[in-house]
Amino acid sequence: MSEPMLTFDNLTLGYDHHPVVHHLHGEVAQGTLLALIGPNGAGKSTLLKSIAGELRPIEGKIRRRDPAPGGFAYLPQQTALDPTFPISVFDLVAMGLWRRLGLFGGLGLSGRRRLEEALAQVGLTGFERRPIGTLSGGQLQRARFARLLLQDAPLILLDEPYTAIDAQTVDDMAELVGRWHREGRTVIAVLHDLEHVRSHYPEALLLAREAIARGPVRDVLSPANLAHARRLAKAFDGHAAVCHRHAEAA
Amino acid sequence: MIDNWLIDPFVEFAFMRRALAGGLALSLGAAPIGVFLMLRNMSLAGDAIAHAILPGAAIGYMLAGLSLPAMTGGGLVAGLAVALLAGGVARVTQLREDASLSAVYLISLAAGVMIISLSGSSVDLMNVLFGNVLALDDATLLLLAAISTLTMLALALGYRALVLECVDPAFLRSVSRASPLAHFGFLVLLVLNLVAGFHALGTLMAVGMMILPAACARLWHQDLVPMLTSALACAVLGTVTGLLLSFHVGLPSGPAIVLSLGVLYLLSLMASPVGGLARRLKPRWHYTS
Repeated sequence: MSEPMLTFDNLTLGYDHHPVVHHLHGEVAQGTLLALIGPNGAGKSTLLKSIAGELRPIEGKIRRRDPAPGGFAYLPQQTALDPTFPISVFDLVAMGLWRRLGLFGGLGLSGRRRLEEALAQVGLTGFERRPIGTLSGGQLQRARFARLLLQDAPLILLDEPYTAIDAQTVDDMAELVGRWHREGRTVIAVLHDLEHVRSHYPEALLLAREAIARGPVRDVLSPANLAHARRLAKAFDGHAAVCHRHAEAA
Repeated sequence: MIDNWLIDPFVEFAFMRRALAGGLALSLGAAPIGVFLMLRNMSLAGDAIAHAILPGAAIGYMLAGLSLPAMTGGGLVAGLAVALLAGGVARVTQLREDASLSAVYLISLAAGVMIISLSGSSVDLMNVLFGNVLALDDATLLLLAAISTLTMLALALGYRALVLECVDPAFLRSVSRASPLAHFGFLVLLVLNLVAGFHALGTLMAVGMMILPAACARLWHQDLVPMLTSALACAVLGTVTGLLLSFHVGLPSGPAIVLSLGVLYLLSLMASPVGGLARRLKPRWHYTS
């Protein structure tokens, strides 16, 4: 069996010694399509951030098979992008070719064609010259998906990609995600819509500061698991004692 | 007649030619830096760093008098220390950059004025606070030219990374290791240009050559490249107008330049159909889709 795409080894993440996720063990094999679910504050975005190398673990390790920059594509929540910056949709999407172009490379005919194809796939043909500040939330999200397409990465991390997005856009973007899965890419998506997870994802990881369940979506989303996750996520204690547990594999 | 008014001062007087050369050099570096400063929402940070230069330059002055290398070196060290410290603090802690810079601003100004008042005359103090663009010597001119050359080269080389660092830093970090270089490299260029501005316009107005042209250009354009070009044109126009007003009407040169830029800003604010008040006068028809 080939080396897993991601390995979590007693991973503990958090802020000010308070764990957001603690003692997470496990692997994500290549080609996995994994939904990351759990209540608000369960540590889903934090885990994604850490996989993307934005946050250092308090304890334990996280290993990416391809640790080089560009070995993954990461779509953080919308707030990370400055929509007032004077840049066109074309230029924003073209950033997806960074790995090929670097600091100085020109787009060239093939790059331009790939860019036009990506825009067509997300339904943004004709928007090339529009400043990103004039796009709606859904259109901007489509542009960011076009950029992901151009990144052509083996590991794709999506943080709440469908928040405040209309149903048609969700369907279109979900179709892209399905295609990435069929192409053998590894996709991990933070999601809140459990119906969407049930109909589009084979596998899920339910988090509530620790891994509650991991496996086929039907088993993970059992009423007992969901109730357990809700109870754990609520139990924040500012005066909690120091954790001495060394967790078992999830 | 108009020719005489516009050209003669520069033809007849060497100090005007030197001031023009210095002002143009300053415009070439400061205007594009100002555009990025504004787009990164760091306009006030630029002002605070400009003031942070003062105590460094003042210590240089205390040790060596009105000496170019001493004051430049002192200003560079102090400005870089504050910019890197504030930038570093914002990157690794919860504190926002503006919060840490606001404190620095007043402390630096007070410390700088104190040091110069204790060891020099009020003329020197005025020189440091407001600069003297009409008295640029060879060494200062060369320094201004070197800083603007370096700035243009660095911006040309790092343009793509800097744009990405401004618009979507998380994305840049995910595809490249250039993010810290773009961030700190920009701060270094900022401080260099503020030190250049300090020599010509003084510590209080150094940042004027950055922010006013950038704000004008922002009002006229929605694309970055025309914005950079217009900011440069605006800086040059303000410099020439300010120098001519200073010559013909007897105004102090630094404030005349900054006020000329201010007039351009007010005009843009009113007249620009893109971002100014004139936008409201546009006819109210619209397309079907």
